[in-house]
Amino acid sequence: MSSIINSYFVKTHRLEISITIIAIVLFLIYFFGATHVFTRFPIYRAFMQSMPFFGIIAISATFVVTLGEIDLSFPSIVGITSLTFGMLLTSTDGNFFISFALATALGMFAGLINGLLVTKIGIPSIVATIGTLFFWRGLVNVISQGSGIAIVDEADGTWHHMIFVDKLFNLIPAQFIWFVVLTGLMQWVYRYHKFGNHIHFVGDNKASAQMMGIDVDKVKIIAFVQLGFFSALAGIFTMYEMLYFWPTQGSGLMLTTLAAVFVGGTSVFGGKGTVYGTFIGVLIIGSLESGIVALGLSGFYVQFINGLMITIAVTIYALIQKRKT
Amino acid sequence: MSKQLLKLENIYKNFGNVKVLKDVNITINKGEVVALIGDNGAGKSTLIKVITGVHTPNSGKIFFKENEVQIKSVSQSRKMGIEAVYQERALCDQQELYRNIFAGREITNSLGFLKIKEQRKEADRILRDYIGFTSKAITVDSPVMGLSGGEKQGVAFGRSLYFNSDLIVLDEPTMGLSIQETEKVLNFVKGLKNENKSAIFIDHNIIHVYGAADRFIILDRGEVVGEFLKDQISREELVKKMIQLHESGKIKVD
Repeated sequence: MSSIINSYFVKTHRLEISITIIAIVLFLIYFFGATHVFTRFPIYRAFMQSMPFFGIIAISATFVVTLGEIDLSFPSIVGITSLTFGMLLTSTDGNFFISFALATALGMFAGLINGLLVTKIGIPSIVATIGTLFFWRGLVNVISQGSGIAIVDEADGTWHHMIFVDKLFNLIPAQFIWFVVLTGLMQWVYRYHKFGNHIHFVGDNKASAQMMGIDVDKVKIIAFVQLGFFSALAGIFTMYEMLYFWPTQGSGLMLTTLAAVFVGGTSVFGGKGTVYGTFIGVLIIGSLESGIVALGLSGFYVQFINGLMITIAVTIYALIQKRKT
Repeated sequence: MSKQLLKLENIYKNFGNVKVLKDVNITINKGEVVALIGDNGAGKSTLIKVITGVHTPNSGKIFFKENEVQIKSVSQSRKMGIEAVYQERALCDQQELYRNIFAGREITNSLGFLKIKEQRKEADRILRDYIGFTSKAITVDSPVMGLSGGEKQGVAFGRSLYFNSDLIVLDEPTMGLSIQETEKVLNFVKGLKNENKSAIFIDHNIIHVYGAADRFIILDRGEVVGEFLKDQISREELVKKMIQLHESGKIKVD
């Protein structure tokens, strides 16, 4: 037993193993506490349907958090890009390519602004992105005048609708497949691409990274830009599922998304993290509400248990970190 | 072929209103170890950061291997063959050793994905051949934070040798090291000459400097105020000059 605990894999994957155990325990509690719900498929389909909307952003935000930075503006970037997508799709009579290209370009532009404010102007990211959080949401309100946009006529039953949210074999929602594929791809970039490598070095020690020849500003800007892109993408997924844009779209995503990143084991101090952990974090945070209700507790417990989970997880990570140093 | 490797002409560098370097002229020859000495705030660190591309000078010319160059970034100076070993050690603590060795110039495929196997293999070679690590506790996968000061310095040296640079810049290489580790570092500097590599180094300890360097350049408040070859000056005289400079703000050149 001790040889397993001290093996190389375990030593280098403590975070991933901890989060996996927490998730397994949680799902065992669901399973034995609400057997009638969790032995049947619909609950899992509901999870697979709803988790990707914030999961995609959480995966992408893992890069920004690993830099030791934070982005609070993504809920509003989801809002402004969804509005853009809805307006373009309805005004072009369902031209997917133009709508998709411009909405994601706007997302990247919003990310670029965040990146420039943080690197070139020197505003701390938590402050800069509070500003852009209000800015983009305000713009949504001004443009939409508080009303929503239905895209039923332009999107329902089209090939792009199928690609985004159709059910594979009538069982598995397409957005979940996209989510899993993106997680795999982003994990690969995070660990094995030059960009992911630079993210770790900049988050670890900015000054050292610069002396090693890493372009610190460029790395940060790209991180914010990709988060802008994935925020737009998440917004578009949500619109295909709902076939509707509403002016507050995205505003409920902030805490669940960031909670998934931190529960997943990525350090707020930067330099260390895991995309796989964020994925499991999404499974945990995304299942709590339905899980708690299925267990027969009232909905009033949701926040309480959410808070408990987050606190337990980050306490475990802090203790792991303490043992190391 | 000329002996000259690096030449700085009339270098000025300001940070806002503060003139950190004022009309600095220095030359470094091939196979020569030059020591920069001077009090805190003399501009030593700024000068070497100009050489390594961390700072760009406000005016002045830089010649490397006889060609005029503008060093705009660290990666550019590395490509030219200038490698720095900084006092801040320029390593990232939480990252693995092999990633640290290749940071900023990763071995990748055409899509930018790292060739992990190759990096680990090369890093292992650097550890054994260049640095002489034999400890089993330290592998290429160890995070840097577990290393001692001397070991970290060793990694930085190994890195500079591996990338086959012509000029190695050492910023306080012995700071915070044990006596034994200091000995290793100084031997390393002396060993550079045998490979016809040049080095420029900063150290507060004149005894260290005197043992390892061929030439001494004394900086004071951003200006070069004295320059001596080792055979021109004894260690005691050098120390006396430094004290004199410290007390009077002037240096007497005979």
